[in-house]
Amino acid sequence: MSFYDNPDALPPKGVRPPIIGPGQDLGTVTDRIGGVVLTRHTPVFWIIIFAIAAMLAGMLQTAIGYLLFKGVGIWGINIPVGWGFAIINFVWWIGIGHAGTLISAILLLFKQSWRTSINRFAEAMTIFAVMQAGLFPLIHTGRPWLAAYWLFPYPSSMGVWPQFRSPLIWDVFAVSTYFTVSFLFWGIGLIPDFATLRDSAKSLVVRRIYGMLAMGWRGSARHWNRYETAYMLLAGLATPLVLSVHSVVSLDFAVSVIPGWHTTFFPPYFVAGAIYSGFSMVLILAIPFRYLYGMQDFITLRHLQNCAKVMLATGLIVAYSYGMEVFFAWYSANKYEWGMMWNRMAGPYGHYYWMLILCNIVLPQSLWFNRVRSTPWLLFLVSLVVNTGMWLERYVIVVVSLQRDYVPSSWGMYWFTKWDVMTFVGTMGFFTLLFFLFIRFMPAISIFEIRSLLPQSKVKE
Amino acid sequence: MTASHLTSSPVYGLMAEFETPTDLVHAAKGAFEAGYRKMDTYTPYPLEEAAEAIGAHHNRVPLICLIGAILGMCGGYSLEYWVSVVNYPINVGGKPFHAWPAFIPVTFECAILGASLATVFGMLALNGLPQPYHPVFNSPNFVRASRDRFFLCIESQDPKFRLDDTRRFLQDFHPSEITEVPY
Amino acid sequence: MAKKNDTNLNLIPASAIKPASLDLDGVRRKLADAKGPKYWRTLEELSNEEAFGEMLEREFPRQASEWLDPVSRRGFLKLAGASLALAGLAGCTKQPLEEILPYVRQPEELIPGKPLFYATAMPFSGYGIPLLVESHEYRPTKIEGNPDHEGSLRATDLFSQASILDLYDPDRSTIPTHMGEGTSWGAFVGEIRSTVLAQKAKQGAGLRFLTGAVSSPTLGSQMHAVLQQFPQAKWHRYEPVHRDNMRQGSKAAFGNYYDPVYNFAAADVVVSLDGDFLSGAWFPGFIRYARDWASRRKQPDKQPMNRLYVAESSSTTTGMKADHRVAVRPSEIEKIARALAAKVGAGGSGEQLTPEQQKFVDVAAKDLGEHRGKSVVVPGLYQPAAVHALAHAMNSALGNIGQTVSFIDPVEIDPVEHTQSIRELADDLKSGKVDVLVVMGANPAYDAPVDLEFESLLKQFSEQSGRVLIQLSCYRDETTEYAHWHMPETHYLESWSDVRSYDGTATIIQPLILPLYGGHSMHELLTVFGGQPASSGYDLVRAYWQTQHTGADFEQWWRRSVHDGYIANSAFPVRQVSARTGAIPSSASAPGGGIEVSFRPDPCIYDGRFNNNAWLQETPKPLTRNTWDNVAMISPAHAERLKFDQLKDQNDHQSDAQNIIEIEFQGRKVQAPYWAQPGHPDNAVTLFLGYGRRKTGRVGSGYGYDAYSVRPSNAQYTGVDSKISRLDKQWHVAVTQGHFNLAEPSNKDFSIDQREPVKAATLEEYRKDPHFAAKDKVTQENEAPGPDETLYPDYRGSNWYKQYAWGMAIDLNSCIGCQTCAVACQAENNIAVVGKEQVQRGREMQWLRIDTYYQGDAANPQAHFQPVPCMQCENAPCEPVCPVGATVHSTEGLNDMVYNRCVGTRYCSNNCPYKVRRFNFLLFSDYDTPSLKLGRNPDVTVRSRGVMEKCTYCVQRINAARINSEKRGNGPEDRIRDGEILTACQQACPTDAIIFGDINDPNSQVSKLKSDPRNYAMLADVNTRPRTTYIGAVRNPNPELESGEKA
Repeated sequence: MSFYDNPDALPPKGVRPPIIGPGQDLGTVTDRIGGVVLTRHTPVFWIIIFAIAAMLAGMLQTAIGYLLFKGVGIWGINIPVGWGFAIINFVWWIGIGHAGTLISAILLLFKQSWRTSINRFAEAMTIFAVMQAGLFPLIHTGRPWLAAYWLFPYPSSMGVWPQFRSPLIWDVFAVSTYFTVSFLFWGIGLIPDFATLRDSAKSLVVRRIYGMLAMGWRGSARHWNRYETAYMLLAGLATPLVLSVHSVVSLDFAVSVIPGWHTTFFPPYFVAGAIYSGFSMVLILAIPFRYLYGMQDFITLRHLQNCAKVMLATGLIVAYSYGMEVFFAWYSANKYEWGMMWNRMAGPYGHYYWMLILCNIVLPQSLWFNRVRSTPWLLFLVSLVVNTGMWLERYVIVVVSLQRDYVPSSWGMYWFTKWDVMTFVGTMGFFTLLFFLFIRFMPAISIFEIRSLLPQSKVKE
Repeated sequence: MTASHLTSSPVYGLMAEFETPTDLVHAAKGAFEAGYRKMDTYTPYPLEEAAEAIGAHHNRVPLICLIGAILGMCGGYSLEYWVSVVNYPINVGGKPFHAWPAFIPVTFECAILGASLATVFGMLALNGLPQPYHPVFNSPNFVRASRDRFFLCIESQDPKFRLDDTRRFLQDFHPSEITEVPY
Repeated sequence: MAKKNDTNLNLIPASAIKPASLDLDGVRRKLADAKGPKYWRTLEELSNEEAFGEMLEREFPRQASEWLDPVSRRGFLKLAGASLALAGLAGCTKQPLEEILPYVRQPEELIPGKPLFYATAMPFSGYGIPLLVESHEYRPTKIEGNPDHEGSLRATDLFSQASILDLYDPDRSTIPTHMGEGTSWGAFVGEIRSTVLAQKAKQGAGLRFLTGAVSSPTLGSQMHAVLQQFPQAKWHRYEPVHRDNMRQGSKAAFGNYYDPVYNFAAADVVVSLDGDFLSGAWFPGFIRYARDWASRRKQPDKQPMNRLYVAESSSTTTGMKADHRVAVRPSEIEKIARALAAKVGAGGSGEQLTPEQQKFVDVAAKDLGEHRGKSVVVPGLYQPAAVHALAHAMNSALGNIGQTVSFIDPVEIDPVEHTQSIRELADDLKSGKVDVLVVMGANPAYDAPVDLEFESLLKQFSEQSGRVLIQLSCYRDETTEYAHWHMPETHYLESWSDVRSYDGTATIIQPLILPLYGGHSMHELLTVFGGQPASSGYDLVRAYWQTQHTGADFEQWWRRSVHDGYIANSAFPVRQVSARTGAIPSSASAPGGGIEVSFRPDPCIYDGRFNNNAWLQETPKPLTRNTWDNVAMISPAHAERLKFDQLKDQNDHQSDAQNIIEIEFQGRKVQAPYWAQPGHPDNAVTLFLGYGRRKTGRVGSGYGYDAYSVRPSNAQYTGVDSKISRLDKQWHVAVTQGHFNLAEPSNKDFSIDQREPVKAATLEEYRKDPHFAAKDKVTQENEAPGPDETLYPDYRGSNWYKQYAWGMAIDLNSCIGCQTCAVACQAENNIAVVGKEQVQRGREMQWLRIDTYYQGDAANPQAHFQPVPCMQCENAPCEPVCPVGATVHSTEGLNDMVYNRCVGTRYCSNNCPYKVRRFNFLLFSDYDTPSLKLGRNPDVTVRSRGVMEKCTYCVQRINAARINSEKRGNGPEDRIRDGEILTACQQACPTDAIIFGDINDPNSQVSKLKSDPRNYAMLADVNTRPRTTYIGAVRNPNPELESGEKA
């Protein structure tokens, strides 16, 4: 199937594409989605992409190994620019994660039924993204064996404890909580589908494995009842959580005294940016997935369009934030703030700033057009652009603010090294690796929720 | 197992299989009105009507969640307070020892964590999961309960349960099939 | 007032260039051109293994070697080899058998953990620098100045501070060699005897000695004894940075050799003719002179401030501190001198001068005339005899002789003109008159005038049969290549000797440790020729002084002299001289066309002798702030003419890809990285000596260019008619302070004058508004928020700091940017060296940096030097952000760093507005070299990889003092007394610019300073409440000139 086949044909004006393609029933749904997992033969494209991802992950391993051996000096960081790629990538990955939770939790609360066909892999994306993100705080000290246990409160013989006034400690709690909750959410969402796989699997081994994962789920009404309550509650918990996590991340910067960091409106600004990049990542994953596995009936144009609309909205919030940053700098009449802003625009890294404006504000405006929103490959390109822009945004915030702060004598430059790049690209590989394992061995679309969307699943009085 | 052998009836219950959710709910309602209590429905997706029909639409998961949240919150804050004010007070950057605004984020995260863990494991516990064995899986066609069929099972533990009466009673709802579920 | 500020307080950062012609659009264009390519080019370099591999090979082995493991491994093996020999020695190192006497304030016998202090002195190019050396368990660890010695008053200079590292240098020459084969001292003494006898037969006709400048009385008498036995032998002397001009000048003025001794404390007006008496130890008496000069600038309202006029031919810290400065080409200094002399009625003649120069001369002359007997004219070592003669004439005409300047017999033994002396030696070598050449503590193959072709002479000499070249030196250097016999020389901390300081006061140099590598001193080598029974340096020195101090109380006298670090009233008597004020013949180098070249000692590694000293290599040179290389200074305008894109070359920190220029002088060429230096005279270039070594230790090899390769005997310091051509090659200079072009980015708020990290005012402005420093320049309001403008608890009120509250005040007026404090800090706190490549990445480790800001027009600016240690903020931004509480506040207000708690998030450094924190990005500390371990301060942790560090106010010294006070008791009278604690930087500072103490005690020196109206906190508006504050600078310009200058 190519991008231009019927499923993606531009719908006539005023008609919204359906959430599920026509002619699906309880059985076909089960077979189509379950089939991807239960089939014996692994598609060629899967093997190829998996191999590439594995190679990149290996590169990540090398980079980290050398880092632990030598120390963070192999990176481009210095004084004054004490944070570089590691923190940039951390913020970037964490931000990407947010879309998953948002889709599965917030849209659930808002009863957005269209979420059901994308929430499962969006959640998976969240978990894998948070894993990438979590990697960086660990390795960015170059001595993770210390960071790992000194950051968590444990009674040591020295009687020393974490310093709870530090945003980095808030980070530790926020990120680990976020990971745990996302994982639980994702995990209990999978239980009924594991049951389905258990029951439809041919081979005994597969049945046993999924049987264990299903924990003996049998679809009892009482179970369903508690299950649904718990699911709702988790959604309710995850919603403030997801907002808090990127707020806390933004506090890493906002709490400091550095011009360009020290800003009260960072939390909403960061959350908006996170959702922005997250949804573009959802599209980056969904579009090839639905194409490669022919899932156009479950991930329809409707989903793509809705994601695009969310991107447009959050993109505008982000644009507003950029504007506000400049306004604050000018209105504060503070020489350091204003100097910082000028350095962003006209300093040695000025081109980064303008690139980011182009990627995050100018180009995404194309999403105003229905044609763009309904053309998968265009959406795909826009999403790539947006994620690039979001990475640049973090670069500008982290590096360019530090590069020239208060005292002119200690201004400096930052040049990243090949190790920085290897680590960054490596995490992309690791992410892809995990994601492909996921779509091969777990139902990438929530089967039981899709079922409840079907017309024949409703009780008629 | 042994426990079930001691019971009077040799079967776990009668399993009626339906094509559509509507029929299932219809039958469940009927059975409930007929006074059957020990019964359950099995569906491939959550079916609220079914739960209501058999009178199982209340649960204690929210309470557990609330308890978890409160424990997490108090635990988080008191840890921070004890560490930074009681056990090892240090002057950092001229800030007060009890810098409560700085303690809020961790407190919040702890509350969420406690609540989530309580919810999930509470739900599983109430559902008695994981459960390696359950008799309903003995009924031949039950695999379709996770696919496209809807089942109603009246258990032999129910005081009104009489094997043939109950079978006759279920026949009236035109199930596609009725099977005895052995232990 | 605010307006006026704008004009004369236009501070620009170090080396910032404001091309007069450059319009903003042009700048933007250049900027646009510059950024992209520059950025990417650097990126490639960063990812280019080979390039950095090469760099690494030249670097201190254990540092900065994360790129090529093989290299560091090889480096390590070399190191291990080098240190194997002394591993044993180090073990059995103990106090010498001869009795040396600990300093009086310390216990006579050693208490483990308690350092002893010994008075001694460091011989430095013919002068002694009086020292007090700290010794831990018989291992010298730190150099301090001798407080009782007039020439030090407890201050030092950066050379003596760093000399301790030379002692432990694993690259020092370890074994005697004969024809390159290892041998022994005994074998040498045996085998050389025949040669000596042969020479004796011919009255030493073929015997030649070459040394540097010598002021050791013992060595002098030994030499005389030798020369008596060998009447025809000759003793040649050559210091690359010699004082020939001074000698000739005094001969011209007084008909005889005299050394000037200045008394700047008594001078209201100082006129310097290239006399860089505030720049470094090569100016005899620097330490004392700096102290005296600064003593007249500390309290502008209390005592009359002195006024400094400088006419100079390069850019020096002295010129930058001047109240009035005129930058002229080397040859024009003489014109100015003559004009000035004419005006003050000391001969001289009217000269053709530019209006600016003329005005300078007029005003300076007027000022001098008004301060007869209370003024002084200081000629520079680099200026020809005529200028010295004129200066002497002026001083005598102004009646300054005897008041502000006096003359004594030369401190150097048998003073000669070194250039002449080495030329004679070269001639003798050419004509084959020399059979035996003894080179002691000199390296002619490297630093002799290039036209003498000394290296090839030595080569021929060493190849001829029957010729013997004996070298005594600390390193196997360029000369060693041709030496038949190479003898390791002892470090001054290893051997007995004596030396005279600039005023003639003699000090007996006592060793603190047995020779680490079994070396021998000049004294001991001379015994081989002297025929005296071979005896130890101790016996020789003692024997000599027995002849000087005859009397029964010799033992007592000797003990006292050794113990005090100087011989009482041994200073030379003042000679009553009067300069002849007749017509003084103009010097040879008449102002020629073309570009004038001047040769200067490198401010950090001097003539090259400190080339293998990593501390000095990494010390940023004053003004340029570059490390590990020497540059060729030219004027900004000149750089413009050469079409150098300064925005590209000079706008980022760390790694500057500087264009290379080729300097052609007298037919010889040298290639050097250009440096557009503000205030450098146009059409002139300054070359710095000491780099481009062909053979030295691992640290020094391969950096910089060799200025000696174009330094002929007829133009040792200045020369005319050189040419400069631009090459399209790049040279990466490692710079520690960014020098950002004002025009970039083109926005007034971005220029530094809005920020004012340093505050300065003229005397009138200060009188009008003594509180100028505390105010914001634009709003004229106090920058510091009031004490109640905060949500934080009042730690001061809640007597958290009830016991002590440490604080520091730094007087910007006194600081002359000499870098001594920075090196002292490095020595005291075991601060690691990172190597050039890491400095280029902005990873230098010095805890104390000296920021340099220029003021005024880039063609002729003034500079302010601002030492920046940790500010020890009371509301320290670094502390709340640390997740593990590795940096927390003590009850004495110190911002403590807990090394073994630090995980290395670097958040604290990011959040430090002053950027004073330093991070061990790699394993910078050397954990392998045994000799370096000996020299470390046992009271300070050696930091490992991944740990943040910073200035601690020398907390180890604070704790030592606290222990003492607690031993005294715990009554109020037993508290730590003011001045009982001296931080390393404070103790070393020649000008007393740094004052540390308890601000709880209202009578402490630091409290008094902090209550001075000029006291201000850097970035006060950030409300960090720093404990380190600054005293705003006050300049004392001549009203007449000020107006003209600003026009």
